Amino acid sequence: MVGASLTVDGAREMLLFTARRFVEVQDALTQADRAIGDGDHGVGMARGFEAVQRTLESTRFETLEALFQAAGMALLTSIGGAAGAVFGTLFRGGAKALAGREAFDAQALAAFLQGGLEAVQKRGNAKPGDKTMVDVLHPAALQAAALQGDGQPLGRALQALVETAEQGVEATRSMVATVGKAKTLGERSLGYPDPGAISMAFILRFMAEYLDSRETKT
Amino acid sequence: MSQSKKFINNPKNIVPEVVEGVVAASLGRLKRLDGRNVVMVSDLAPGKVGLLIGGGSGHEPLFAGFVGKNMADAAVAGNIFAAPTPDLILAATQAVDQGKGVLYLYGNYAGDNMNFDLAAELAAEEGLQTRTVRIWDDVASAPPERFTDRRGIAGDLFVIKIAGGVSASCLDLEEVTRVTEKARDATRTMGVAASAGSFPETGELGFELPDDEIEVGMGLHGEAGVARRKIMPADELVDFMLERILPDLPYQAGDRVALLVNNLGSTTMMELLIVYRRAAQVLAAKGIAIHDGVLGSYCTSQEMAGFSISLLKLDEELERYYDMPAQSLSFVKAARKAA
Repeated sequence: MVGASLTVDGAREMLLFTARRFVEVQDALTQADRAIGDGDHGVGMARGFEAVQRTLESTRFETLEALFQAAGMALLTSIGGAAGAVFGTLFRGGAKALAGREAFDAQALAAFLQGGLEAVQKRGNAKPGDKTMVDVLHPAALQAAALQGDGQPLGRALQALVETAEQGVEATRSMVATVGKAKTLGERSLGYPDPGAISMAFILRFMAEYLDSRETKT
Repeated sequence: MSQSKKFINNPKNIVPEVVEGVVAASLGRLKRLDGRNVVMVSDLAPGKVGLLIGGGSGHEPLFAGFVGKNMADAAVAGNIFAAPTPDLILAATQAVDQGKGVLYLYGNYAGDNMNFDLAAELAAEEGLQTRTVRIWDDVASAPPERFTDRRGIAGDLFVIKIAGGVSASCLDLEEVTRVTEKARDATRTMGVAASAGSFPETGELGFELPDDEIEVGMGLHGEAGVARRKIMPADELVDFMLERILPDLPYQAGDRVALLVNNLGSTTMMELLIVYRRAAQVLAAKGIAIHDGVLGSYCTSQEMAGFSISLLKLDEELERYYDMPAQSLSFVKAARKAA
């Protein structure tokens, strides 16, 4: 089944697709950030994924670990601020969890998200409920871990995560930011979704879209 | 929403053009590192521990204005109000390291903490030794029992001054770190804002305050403060702020302090002088001696109207490093005349 897993090169195509989509949606992210921050999140994430695109287009990768590591480094060195450190750490932490794996399947996805979550929490000390991207990443990682035993194809697992991620984004509306830049707003952050949570949900959604587009083609 | 008028070129070029401006104004004393957003001294004083400062841009002259002789060796500039990236911090670390290690000194914000920590890990992989001191002088940003949640604001100047002095004295990294932490722990600041600064890239105001209101303790990026009040006479406001700053350390009778009255952006020297005068009166009444007074724009948030008051409590050791002559674009200290 086409959507069951990806080779290293397939995973590279998935990340390139994700990067292109991110650049397309930067205005929506900027709008979300204006309500709660200084409106630079969309521009920063787009700058980061443009760097991912450049890095991935110009290099061939032997392993999943090297591929995701390179994507993480590209984000880390181009975005800046808390977002750069967090999303760069997500990919670099996730990459380490992919060491030795040859196929990007539902198990690898679960390992990536769990490894990324641990690294991000260690780096930024954000807990679920703090109104950050962790409010999407944490439930997504838990669900991916639960799904991996079911022998689900990668595409189906990602579809399920997209819904969880969107619920995670919605949940951040009723949270008060206590870490990161939006902390500065305190109670004033109530009612608005967290831009970092939206970005985390976008990553999962674009990965799912890519898997979906491959299935449709066949 | 009102748009600010700014004298800039392409908003995307603000940070590199500021870096170029600092270098140009230094008349050769400073240089830019490899065309990147790092300002460093042209000639490192040999044999010293490296002192690297930095953070988001938009708070000029912080940080690049404090690079120079007996001050910081280099400053890393992030985008507007955003921490610099770890690769940039690493490049600056390599540039200022002379085999004695490098001290990272910056304000305590999530983005800066994560990016400098990442850089420290990358530096360690290359065999470079670093230490970190985060400045958390803003008493309004968290209660005393959560002091590590406090933000770094204008008190940065005092801590950088001491760190510059001690690192120029060729002490080892542990000793430079110890004295810098001591200066950090002896520094307290509180600010007040009357109106917002704007984001230079969009021209939009960072927050709205009613025409007749001020916010005591508001942070450099519009962070919520401790009290919103109707505008009041300057003396009353200074008393209110010092009533919160003084007990926090505490600063008490017999102490010697350096006093900084800092302009947050568009407050006039006229107002700063009125504020300074009252602060000096209050300190005198409490029996606290002013060793040195500093007035002006050191840590700003664009055209934010407001000011902050910082105190550094000096002991014999800190006073020695505080009094060392220093030369940077935005802070100069002349040699003290013999009595």
